[in-house]
Amino acid sequence: MTTLTLTINKQDYQLDNLDARTTLLDVCRHHLQITGPKKGCDHGQCGACTILINGRRVNSCLTLAVMHEGDEITTIEGIGMPESLSALQQAFNDHDAFQCGYCTPGQICSATALIEEVKQNWPSYVTADLKNPDGLLVQEIAERMSGNICRCSAYPNIIKAISQVLESEVTAQSKNATTDALQGSQVTGIWSPPPSQTQIGQSSNHSQASNTLGERS
Amino acid sequence: MRRFEYSRADAPQQAAMSASAKEAAFIAGGTNLLDLMKLEIETPIKLVDVTHLSLAQIETTDEGGLRIGTLVSNSDLAGHPEVVANYPVLSRAILAGATGQLRNKATTGGNFLQRTRCYYFYQTDSPCNKREPGTGCPAINGENRSLAILGTSDSCIAQHPSDMAVAMRLLDAKIETVKADGNTRAIPVSEFYCLPKDTPHIENVLESGELITHVVLPAPIDGMHTYDKVRDRASYAFALVSCAAVIDVDDNGNLDTVRLAFGGIGTQPWRNEEVEALLTGTDGNNDVVTQAADLLLQDAKGNGQNDFKIPLTRRLLKQVIQRALAGEGA
Repeated sequence: MTTLTLTINKQDYQLDNLDARTTLLDVCRHHLQITGPKKGCDHGQCGACTILINGRRVNSCLTLAVMHEGDEITTIEGIGMPESLSALQQAFNDHDAFQCGYCTPGQICSATALIEEVKQNWPSYVTADLKNPDGLLVQEIAERMSGNICRCSAYPNIIKAISQVLESEVTAQSKNATTDALQGSQVTGIWSPPPSQTQIGQSSNHSQASNTLGERS
Repeated sequence: MRRFEYSRADAPQQAAMSASAKEAAFIAGGTNLLDLMKLEIETPIKLVDVTHLSLAQIETTDEGGLRIGTLVSNSDLAGHPEVVANYPVLSRAILAGATGQLRNKATTGGNFLQRTRCYYFYQTDSPCNKREPGTGCPAINGENRSLAILGTSDSCIAQHPSDMAVAMRLLDAKIETVKADGNTRAIPVSEFYCLPKDTPHIENVLESGELITHVVLPAPIDGMHTYDKVRDRASYAFALVSCAAVIDVDDNGNLDTVRLAFGGIGTQPWRNEEVEALLTGTDGNNDVVTQAADLLLQDAKGNGQNDFKIPLTRRLLKQVIQRALAGEGA
């Protein structure tokens, strides 16, 4: 008997004699009842199944579960639950960034990774200067989210929600970077985004952020 | 999906040996392979997982170039500081393809091995010489809007889908491999792909079990690096026509380096060095660009719906040259 151990949302799951054909998406949904990742096209075209593997967004429908022993797998359930919404989940709520909601877990997993990619200065196809991408631009967010389709076409509000969190986290990062440089401490890991103002119960000062957003859009 | 035997390889040669069995396949990113396996277009009976091999590094070479491990993801390659600084045409080409999710999984070696997106290749109830040799090609007189105009044959007009490989062709990259017997070789991208002729199911020169281990880039080329991709929507679509270019203009306004490679129009990443030679040393005036386009497209053959790719390629070439002369580019 072969046993596969998968680490999903910081919990170990053992699967005995799993058919090697089983995708990570089907393991989550059918074997473990982790139903946040959704099956849309099952061919990597719609993004509804997006999850994070070792912090990176991937289509869980296009990878085999047997290939992921030892990897850190995170689904929407690991990003936040109703009583502990992440900043992005709260922002999607606040901005009404969905209609039917089927694509939303994938959108939020994707956007969670997008924020880290922007912090790490990853360029995109629409980046003017590859060495200095401005990931806060609306066209950058749209390009970077092109792997997540929304049949209800909630795109304007999805972009608003992501913009809001991106602005606050990127600003927080630049402040932290200064502090870190002074104290010589390590930059926090990909899985430790600072809590949002909303999460810690403080209303944020949006005036500067809204001005910037207005100019960018 | 058909059943297969799964194994995880620990060393490159061992992987090559495991995969030299009939109907065996390597799996790394799997983004194209699993898509095709679900449709039973690919039906390996043995799958050798190479993702745990130590082939995910990028190192500089003694010649001033880069040696890229085959498992380096498309995201990591596109964003690598050396690539961004010295090979921006490669960064831009990679970023023009697929989505963030797919680029995170897709690997350097695997990107070269993508199969065509010809509708009939994907439609398993239709004939296709690439999928089932000898059954015929309905694309030639059918839905061929996205298909190739160069390098085609009476058997197949499927286009090569990769953006990355177009930039790799432009940069004179070499593909390093290991075979089951432990022998290694370095194959220039220019010699890697096979024209369809009457064997469109044979797409490259790799032997059974031969594993891509690295891709080597020569020293960087000065000039403006650009990648233009014309497609039906602004993101996440295959190229109708794309053009990778490195162009340098001297102080007198003449073109002194011209490299051009095209995607979307060929059965393989398309480059014609004679076109580059014709343009080099000229001031890139309209007449010479017209001659260059004539030369590039002299053997081009449309099949109806894809006829538009011929004038579209001409216009894209003109735009790329004019923009370089104007000093604009990445």
